[in-house]
Amino acid sequence: MHQYPFWKPVTLIVVTLLGLLYALPNVYGEDPAVQISTSSGDPVPADFGDRIAKVLEAEKIEDRGSRLEGTQWVVRFASPEVQLHAVDAIKRDLEGQGYVSALNLASKTPKWLSALGGKPMALGLDLRGGVHFLLQVAVEDVKKAAVERLINDVPKFLRDKDLRYSGRRKAGEAIVIEFADADRLEKARTAIAREYRELTVSTPPDATVPSLAVSLSEVEAKRLIDDAVQKNLITLRNRVNQFGVAEPIVQRQGADRIVVQLPGVQDPTRVKELLGATATLEYRAVDENADAASAAASGVIPAGDELFYQRGSHRPYLLKRETIASGAELTSATPTIDHESGTPAVSVKLDGNGAKKMLDFTSKNVGKLMAVVYKETEIKTTYNTRGEAIRERRDVQEVISAATVRGVFGAQFQTTGLSSREARDLADLLKAGALVAPIEIIEERTIGPSLGADNIRRGMSAALLGLGLVMVFMVVYYRVFGLFAIAALTVNLLLLTAVLSLFQATLTMPGIAGIVLHMGIAVDANVLIYERIREELRAGLKPLQAIDAGYDRAFLTIADANVTVLIGTLILFFLGAGALKGFAITLAIGIVTSQFTAIVGSRTLAHWVFGKRQNLKDLPIW
Amino acid sequence: MRIFSNVPKFDFMRQRKVGLAVSALLTTASILLVIFRGLNFGIDFTGGVLVEVQFPQSVQLEKVREDLGKGGYEHGIVQYFGGSSTVLIRLPPNQETSANLSTKVLAAVGAGAEGVQMRRVEFVGPQVGEELSEKGSIAMIVAFGLIAAFIAFRFEWKFAIGAIAALVHDAVMVLGFLSLTWVEFDLTTLAAILALIGYSNNETIVIFDRVRENLIRTRKATVFEVVNLSVNQTLLRSIITHVTTLLVCVALFTLGGSTVHSFSVSMIVGVIVATYSSIYVSTGLAVALGVKRDDLLPPEERDELIKAEKIAKQENDGAVV
Repeated sequence: MHQYPFWKPVTLIVVTLLGLLYALPNVYGEDPAVQISTSSGDPVPADFGDRIAKVLEAEKIEDRGSRLEGTQWVVRFASPEVQLHAVDAIKRDLEGQGYVSALNLASKTPKWLSALGGKPMALGLDLRGGVHFLLQVAVEDVKKAAVERLINDVPKFLRDKDLRYSGRRKAGEAIVIEFADADRLEKARTAIAREYRELTVSTPPDATVPSLAVSLSEVEAKRLIDDAVQKNLITLRNRVNQFGVAEPIVQRQGADRIVVQLPGVQDPTRVKELLGATATLEYRAVDENADAASAAASGVIPAGDELFYQRGSHRPYLLKRETIASGAELTSATPTIDHESGTPAVSVKLDGNGAKKMLDFTSKNVGKLMAVVYKETEIKTTYNTRGEAIRERRDVQEVISAATVRGVFGAQFQTTGLSSREARDLADLLKAGALVAPIEIIEERTIGPSLGADNIRRGMSAALLGLGLVMVFMVVYYRVFGLFAIAALTVNLLLLTAVLSLFQATLTMPGIAGIVLHMGIAVDANVLIYERIREELRAGLKPLQAIDAGYDRAFLTIADANVTVLIGTLILFFLGAGALKGFAITLAIGIVTSQFTAIVGSRTLAHWVFGKRQNLKDLPIW
Repeated sequence: MRIFSNVPKFDFMRQRKVGLAVSALLTTASILLVIFRGLNFGIDFTGGVLVEVQFPQSVQLEKVREDLGKGGYEHGIVQYFGGSSTVLIRLPPNQETSANLSTKVLAAVGAGAEGVQMRRVEFVGPQVGEELSEKGSIAMIVAFGLIAAFIAFRFEWKFAIGAIAALVHDAVMVLGFLSLTWVEFDLTTLAAILALIGYSNNETIVIFDRVRENLIRTRKATVFEVVNLSVNQTLLRSIITHVTTLLVCVALFTLGGSTVHSFSVSMIVGVIVATYSSIYVSTGLAVALGVKRDDLLPPEERDELIKAEKIAKQENDGAVV
């Protein structure tokens, strides 16, 4: 036998130990836990632990550890009953202070292992139960509304500039404006191009009279769609946060779709109500002649006013009933830097209607306060004394900004005096409250918890049976070498578990099917090698040479064969449908790890056992 | 344990025409089945609503249908799912595309009542189903193309054609079987077929690899003999690999539950078909296309061979003078 390279067994041992380490978190199990985070995403304050301890002490609830994990505070309990009791108490205490408390299962992985990045595998919704929604944002509606706005705004702008036109009409996604002569047309063209950078002005090809076609530029259309999806993402995230779910997923998929996944949620109806809620906003004047604090205390509200509280700070405001401009009239809100002061600000644009009303208001109210009210219908679930859920629709109405009017403005203005984070949040909320493109649920998958548990149980038993059958077969057929193959397969499964856990790839039911299938295919590498060794023995080679020849000649064949399986799985992965990804990932990782374990692993074993026995007559491979 | 005491000597290639003819016949039958009988597409592809409900004890399907009818869903297909207390309700895509449909169906059959448990709700909008069918077909074609390119690169184009023919053959046969038995074709079935394409090709490559090796080693034998020898040499390995793969698929089929039912059925059928197609379709077709020894030699060796031939020719020429 060749001098066996020293690095191979060393790599094998190191890789196996690493595999063992990172697969380990999966054996500890989980504690029922309550996970508390701030709705803003900021880390919870440093003294949060004391506060939670006090709440639990008052209710005589015993916890099993309470600590900061990432930006969240996680409290563990002995049983799900205690966990439910605790989450009620914690929710009551934190009510309305910008915290989200959610039920979760926290891994019992010891601290030293978590510090090394050890985590248990992430289970897909089909294994842990939960709801999955795919939402389609109606971007066509957004574009249509934008064109509708053009048909009012552009002619009005021309009238204001005293540029006369003789007719206007809608033509598909553009509006056509007709003029009496070419001179007027040219003047109008320059004026529009200067005022509306986001529009494309062209000459319609079939025009009989001098006319201009005005449409949204491609960049603008794309921005509108992006904005519409972004707005929905923000509102959905807000709502999902309030729903109190551990590890929710709300993310964009493709150009105009949003995926929402809520693990552990069992009632899709509740989620549908939540996703269907709408948000809007209103610009209103602040009544500065009355004292908001005393109105809030006494409950006596001056005629013509309404009482609101500011988001976060809970400061009361008395606002006039009349709306200056509404969310439907807001066309964009972006965080920016104020040119004069150099401080963060939010730049807001209104459409023609909104601009006119804003101009009317600001021209009479310079130096006064103007506020933005954010309104949202929210479904809130509370628990009565018997622990039953009570659902109620609740309108959330909050002041998200109150600022002094510094000058007269219409279509475009800035809100200043903000921190950069505040500017970003305000812009997000303004966007969310502006006309939100309607969303439609185009896919729903709800897996009840019992089915999830069944799937895990079935998947595990199928995997164990498959593994057992393959092991028995290999040992009966290849004897000692069969044992090597089994050892290689076991290490391979260990590595697969470790890689899945380390990279937090989601394990789904098709993923488990992939692992089971993989066990059958992975031993193929060993079968190839062993058959080759048998052949070489038949051809009269000495046992140790036969081992070398078998491994050397089979290597390329195995690599070639594995590449083609990888091609299939990669395509499955890019096909993108969630459950299939899980299958593709497990199969792909398995193929890569098996190339290592089946070849290096089993060869090292064969070398250890037979390498020193130079005068071996035959191999126990028959 | 050994099955053959020596390398078997079956004359596979002699029957290659019979093999190819049988394949052609079965493939045509499968294609006709798929065209005229169609496939039992799951809601992943058709769109629609699927609700799995578990009752505390066995229920009569009639009763569930009646309840559904009262709720206005008399078109629902109701069947038992893995036992007489679990019922699967399917509704075709209709005007009411909203996901609220699932809520109403659940209400109609009394989910939420004592012991009645929602196990699973799936709603797929028609546009999603359509896209998936489209993406699925594209995925298959891309997979075929990439694998063909890889084989053409590692071996030679005649082998690539043989390999692709075997892949198409296997995929079509599985589809034919699914059509015949009316097993549901869902996303996991698509996964099974794509995995099968890789697996079946694995078989083909092992044989091709051996053909190449033997062509280089035994220069005297004819291509025909070499192919026969290679198939025989790899036969045992093929059988054993198929056995281990079948073992795990059977484990999945028996214990994996209904979620992976169509997956394991497709794999089992595919693995059986692949055993035969790797010998007769891929290798047989490559031989029929006229594979030559030169085709498979690595470039350097081929150059050397050409050089050697040239020298021989020159020497011959010299001899004439």
